[in-house]
Amino acid sequence: MTALELLSLSLGAMLVNNFVLVKFLGICPFLGTSKRTDTAVSMGIAVTFVMTAASMLTWFFNDVLLIPLKLEYLQTIVFILVIASLVQLVEMILKKLSPPLYSALGIYLPLITTNCAVLGVALLNVQKGYGFLTSTLNGFMSGVGFFIALLLFSSIRERMSFAECPKAFRGLPIALIAASLLAMAFMGFSGLKIG
Amino acid sequence: MKKKSLGAIFMDGLLFQNPILVQMLGVCSSLAVTTSLINALGMSAAVIVVLICSNIAISLLRKIIPDQVRIVSYIVVIAGFVTIVDLLMQAYLPSLADSLGIFIPLVVVNCIILARAEAFASKNGVIASAVDGIGMGLGYSVVICIIAFVRELIGSGTILGYEVFGGYYQPSSLFILPAGAFIVLGCTIACYQAVRNRKAARKEALK
Repeated sequence: MTALELLSLSLGAMLVNNFVLVKFLGICPFLGTSKRTDTAVSMGIAVTFVMTAASMLTWFFNDVLLIPLKLEYLQTIVFILVIASLVQLVEMILKKLSPPLYSALGIYLPLITTNCAVLGVALLNVQKGYGFLTSTLNGFMSGVGFFIALLLFSSIRERMSFAECPKAFRGLPIALIAASLLAMAFMGFSGLKIG
Repeated sequence: MKKKSLGAIFMDGLLFQNPILVQMLGVCSSLAVTTSLINALGMSAAVIVVLICSNIAISLLRKIIPDQVRIVSYIVVIAGFVTIVDLLMQAYLPSLADSLGIFIPLVVVNCIILARAEAFASKNGVIASAVDGIGMGLGYSVVICIIAFVRELIGSGTILGYEVFGGYYQPSSLFILPAGAFIVLGCTIACYQAVRNRKAARKEALK
């Protein structure tokens, strides 16, 4: 694969097909952790890391174990177990190496297991038939896209909490409308094409 | 804790504790598959089947599964049922399975199912868990069908693929696109909150 194709894949994963705002993957943490910018940043970093690592590992399990043994129908079960153990491992390593980061991420770490963005990227890699390098790149760039969307949205929400709005729209409804405006802005990227 | 009647459990799922409107669970799939009513119906069927089966299985296994590994065990049980539904759909409804794409396997990480397993099925009997599964599943289905109805009607001017307005209506494709999904869900929740606020105010006035 040429460098240009890789660049186009990265931009596509990050902006054009943004996981949260275009593909609707990982909406729960997107709404749940976006009330404050600092938690949003921690969550974004953790998800990016797990998505990259999960892309690598699930590629390995799929190509080395499942396909030679003709067990592709077990993909969903194997992938979710890989992700669950990966998250557990990350949690244990962080606890040993960097306790402050561990306590900052707190309850968000175990929740990454049920973040559909992580399983989603693993399934999409398989569906598109990506190799090891492209899978990893796609995982990382999708994670960065998630991070960007989360950061933008949390900054909007921090300001929005001071604004007046009709009683029925308070809380989540107004946040969803704001997300919709953000999604419209991201629609502008859809014409972007390289190569 | 007082035992709830089966009817109350059912109504909790359908209305008072609605998974999407109140608990904000399973929002990802509710936005992604609601571009047309037929997709929403297919997704509803898949979620209801998996939710009932996993609630029953986990309720049966609740005394056997050790506490430390319960989440992983639940995920494996759910993933098993999802794989069954996925394979059945690919075999008998290939076109629907195609248009739902990766969102069928993603039912595994649909927070509703794991949340019900953890919060309800692991503490209650088999029949109550099955009823809870039906109620929560229907609550989810009703909401995504409403969203899909609105989006398909405004976005393509059709219902279940049939033209509704004749040739005079210019469909507003924004509602098929992601931005429209957020707007419709936001307005649906706002309507629900408005009704609930009014009920609460009336109760207050009666006191």
